[in-house]
Amino acid sequence: MRSFVNHNLLAKSVISLLLLIVFTTSSSSVLAGGGEPGAKFDPGKMITDHITDAHDWHLWGEGHESVSIPLPVIVYSSRGLDVFMSSSFHHGHDVHNGYALIDKKLVAVVQESGNAEEATIDEAVTASLWDFSITKNVVSLFVSVLVLLYIFLSVAKAYKSRPGQAPRGLQGLIEPLVVFVRDDVAKSSIGEKKYQKFLPFLLTAFFFIWLNNLLGLVPIFPGGANLTGSISVTLTLAAITFVLVLVNGNKHYWHHILAMPGVPGWVLVLLTPIEILGIFLRPFVLMIRLFANITAGHIIALSFFSLIFIFGEMSTGAGFGVSVLSIAFTVFMTCLELLVAFLQAYVFTLLSAIYIGAAVEEPHHDHH
Amino acid sequence: MELVKPAFGLVFWMLVSFSIIVFLLKKFAWPVILGSLNEREKSIADALNAAQKAKEEMANLKADNEKLLAEARNQRDLILKEARDAKESIINEARAKATEEADRLTRLSREQINNEKMAAITELKNQVASLSIEIAEKVIRQQLSSDDKQKQLVQDLLKDVKMN
Repeated sequence: MRSFVNHNLLAKSVISLLLLIVFTTSSSSVLAGGGEPGAKFDPGKMITDHITDAHDWHLWGEGHESVSIPLPVIVYSSRGLDVFMSSSFHHGHDVHNGYALIDKKLVAVVQESGNAEEATIDEAVTASLWDFSITKNVVSLFVSVLVLLYIFLSVAKAYKSRPGQAPRGLQGLIEPLVVFVRDDVAKSSIGEKKYQKFLPFLLTAFFFIWLNNLLGLVPIFPGGANLTGSISVTLTLAAITFVLVLVNGNKHYWHHILAMPGVPGWVLVLLTPIEILGIFLRPFVLMIRLFANITAGHIIALSFFSLIFIFGEMSTGAGFGVSVLSIAFTVFMTCLELLVAFLQAYVFTLLSAIYIGAAVEEPHHDHH
Repeated sequence: MELVKPAFGLVFWMLVSFSIIVFLLKKFAWPVILGSLNEREKSIADALNAAQKAKEEMANLKADNEKLLAEARNQRDLILKEARDAKESIINEARAKATEEADRLTRLSREQINNEKMAAITELKNQVASLSIEIAEKVIRQQLSSDDKQKQLVQDLLKDVKMN
């Protein structure tokens, strides 16, 4: 029964992978096919547009013909709170209520200007501007939160309604991962005694990162946002780990940071600043690693597609010829990214657990 | 460079959303899931232990049974041997007794026969004696009818006595 479910799941995931590839290719071709005639394909801009955040959810088309889902803009500045839909900007061409999108960034402009291209930026107001907009990444964030809530509340319900029985369906998918995070990440890094306190954070972080890594691989709405490849998100996650280390670090930990026992005084002059730097460096590396891995994956997949259009501009035949190769490479890359999605979630959780483990470790009597 | 610059709005929403989801899952999902997992693991471990114990008990029981069986077999052998011995001894005894009895009977009968024989002989002797006496009397009466003959006899008898 179990293996049947797994096979079923595998088949489903293979199908969704194929669909994913089909959709990726189709959406990309529409993207490059449309737009102003004669406009040259700019792979750098296309890739940047895909991996950065946006105030609307672009679906297809370019310039004035592009179709996108408008998202709420919530902005607070010295002019007060302002809430409106991003469609008011008309894909970044118009000014609305004294705000405009310049290079995809929300800025305040001098009130009189009606066109974003000619508007003058109001520096004073822009400096005081807080952009709380529900951007593409924020929507993706909300979607992932809802998905996570749905998954884990239903799994929890399954555990409640069928106590002591073998897992079934979604439960069977989640359970080995929960056990994996509990035993191989939390228990082994933090230790038998204290791991339970940090388990909710570690489990949530693991599944949050993994789910969003996977959603990032899905090219159609509501996937495709580069959430875990966004520095803001990885910064927040790393900051939580950082705060957990600071709050839970015990005397033993701080003693080792500030004055490593058994080290002569003159070495401490060198060592202590390095250790203090290390406290900040570890979460910083956590932040960069996740961001860079996921963003790089997106860039590589998009680069292969760009090849099609670069060659397609030379001649249609070359474009079709290269597309075979590009798709083959993208399939390969996507498979690799499926692995990376899991791996990065695991690495982030594991390293967080190790940092926390070091902070709460009890002194051993046998060393030094 | 826009790529590596954290956006305040996203950090804000991320912090809020992540806090909410950690809170909700911590309250409603993780304790249930982890608790059930622990419980199940414990029950599985218990079941395994119980199975192991049962196995050991079975082995013990089997060993006990075997021991009992061996004991019973020994007992049986012993009883059989005893019975055989008893039989043998009874037979031997009976035989000995029978022989003895037979001997005794033989002896008795021999004695009796002897006695009877003796009695018969004695009686015969007696009868022969009395017959002899009667005959002798008759002969003597006949022979001693005259004094000469009586004298002759006494003479002869005396002669015999001297010879003795």
